[in-house]
Formats: sequence, structure tokens, C-alpha cells
Amino acid sequence: MAYLKKSPWLIHYDASSCNGCDIEVLACLTPMYDVERFGIINTGNPKHADVFVVTGSVNEQNKYVIKNIYDQMPDPKVVVAVGICATSGGVFRECYNVAGGIDTTIPVDV
Amino acid sequence: MISLAGAVAFILLAPVVGGLIAGIDRKVTAHMQGRVGPSILQPFYDVGKLFEKEDAVVNETQRFYVLSYFIFAIFTGALFFAGGNLLLVIFALTLAEVFLVLGAYAANSPYSHIGAERELLQIMAYEPMFLLAAVGMYVVTQSFNVSDIAGFPELVFVLLPGVFLGFVYILTIKLRKSPFDISTSHHAHQEIVKGVTTEFSGPALGFIELAHWYEVVFLLGFVYLFFAASPVIGIIAIIIVYLLELAIDNTNARVKWQLAVKSSWAVALVLGAANIAVLYLLGRV
Repeated sequence: MAYLKKSPWLIHYDASSCNGCDIEVLACLTPMYDVERFGIINTGNPKHADVFVVTGSVNEQNKYVIKNIYDQMPDPKVVVAVGICATSGGVFRECYNVAGGIDTTIPVDV
Repeated sequence: MISLAGAVAFILLAPVVGGLIAGIDRKVTAHMQGRVGPSILQPFYDVGKLFEKEDAVVNETQRFYVLSYFIFAIFTGALFFAGGNLLLVIFALTLAEVFLVLGAYAANSPYSHIGAERELLQIMAYEPMFLLAAVGMYVVTQSFNVSDIAGFPELVFVLLPGVFLGFVYILTIKLRKSPFDISTSHHAHQEIVKGVTTEFSGPALGFIELAHWYEVVFLLGFVYLFFAASPVIGIIAIIIVYLLELAIDNTNARVKWQLAVKSSWAVALVLGAANIAVLYLLGRV
């Protein structure tokens, strides 16, 4: 596990909701914040990724997508739910099509 | 004539040198883009992590292809640094690449297949120039053996400037740099998911990365061969060529594969073949 801490490659999936958190995640890759200095790479391929970063809430259509990406990632893997929508459904919690946070579909670590 | 010491030194040192080159590559690239960039040891952390990951393969035959790619990549460089036959070195490199392509075809995934096809196109693009480089060296030194070429008293570059420029051109393809990173790419670039490496994960990807380091060291050794008469100029040439590749990588977008194939063949014909033709006309054969 020694090297795992130093090279977290992530895959980022934006579920439903407003895309604000999505933009925040992508902004971290810009020269201003430069997450690559910690060895973080945005892979875009679940088979190369160690960290699954999900923003937005789960709905009926994307829960299969989230499950699919999660299943394709090799162990050991970590799921990070970013933002209140991903945590609990946020302001969309009461919507008829929203199932809630990411933890309703896959186990969330952070 | 074949020096085992050279081969053993390559097998042991190339991963260290290759990893450091990859680390410096990422640092310099980051600085070119106005970023801080990762530690120079980052590629070692990455590969170390890949070997800690779960060994998940789509298809058992993938393992065989990846290991074959790895072994033949090492064999290519070991034969080169042992002073072996340059043509055999090039054929071994092609065989290694073919194993990588087969590995990508072994998985039933459209992304992996597109990556494999594009890798084949890349092989098609760089191969003529690679062979012309070997032929050019034969025309100048009357030998295909790396040990004889390295022992040639004059700078090979002086007689083969066109071949050298053509080789630097296809080096961009081999180093997987923009504008020719059409099958897969370095850094956080993406290429139809991840091109030829899409379906590899964990240790398999680690082996591919290690094999690539071996290849990079071999290719830079090839650059050195043009200047082998003077080691100082050789090392300066390697540094300049690599920095040039990084500058090109950071200032160019990826091109379509048609342009990659056409332009590298045109370069092989104009710079490579013309250079050798001129040598014939001057009676240097």
C-alpha cells in the first residue's frame, strides 16, 4: 500500500444535478491548483483508476452507469463523493426521479 | 564482438534511467504549462502502485502477450547495447510492438481495438524510416553491427543529416508524443479512452510502462549512435533531441492518422532516401 498513497489516479463521473462540483473537480487539474504535483492523474478509464470521484446525485438512469464504472475498477479502490448532492441528494433529494446520494448504489469511502 | 556486459548493464540500468527520464519529462512538461508538476520519482511510484493493484485481466491470453511485449522490448535494447545486428534489433522491436497490438486485440472492447489498429498504423508509419536509418548507417560504415557503427572513427551524423532528421521525426511517434500520439499517450492526455492500453490494468499496465522505459532508453541510444565518435556531442544531442520532443509535444495538437502516416513516409522518402542517394552520387559507398 506504500505506493498507492503516492499515485492516486482518478476517474471522474458527473451524475445528475447542476455540474458545479464537476467544474470544481476539473478546475483542480488546471495550472492554478495542479493536482498532478501530488501524482493525481485524471485517467478517464476505470481500468486504470484507483479513485472514483462522483459528483451529483443518483437517479434511475445513471445508477447503472455508476455501478458499471465501479465494477470495472481493479481493487484496491476508493470512492469519493464530492458535494452535497453526491452525499445525500442535496436540494434534489425530494425529486421523484432522484434516488439520493451515491451510497444508495455503491459503497462510499469519503 | 557481442558484449554481454552491455546487455546486462542495459537490463539492470534501463528501468532506472527510463523512469528518471519519464519523471524529468513530466516535470519539464509541467513547467512548460506553467504548473509545478509531480516529483521526478513519480513514475516509479506509479509503476510501484500498478504492481500493488489487483491482477484483473479480461482474457488470460493478455498476460502472455504483455509478457512477450515486455521480454522482446528488453531483448531489443539488450541486443542493441550488446553491439548486435541493427536489422535484427529493428525486427525484434517490431515483434515486441506486434505482441502489444495482439494483447489489445485479445480483449473484446471497441476502444482497445481502435487503439490496436492505430498502433498498427503507427508501426506502418515509422518502420520505413527506421529501416532507412539502419541502411544509412550501413552505407556509411559498411556494417550493420552496432559495435562497428559505434566504433566508426567519424561522426555518422555528418554524412547522414537527412536520415538523422527523419529519425527524430519518427521518434515523436515512438515516444508517444503529440502530434503523433494516436494510439496511446502520456500524462493525463486521453485518446479514445486510453487507446491501446485501455483494457490493461494493474500489473499488466505496469509491465507495459516498464517496457516503454526500456524502449525509450533504446531509442535514445539510437540517437547516440549518430554521434558515437564523440561521446560528449552524443550526450548533448540526446538532451537536445529529448527537449525538442517535449517542446513539440506541448505545442502541437494530435493529428489524424492519415497525416501521421503520409507525413512520416514523405519524410522517410525525402530526407532518408535522398540522403542515401546523395551518398551514392558522391561515391561514398
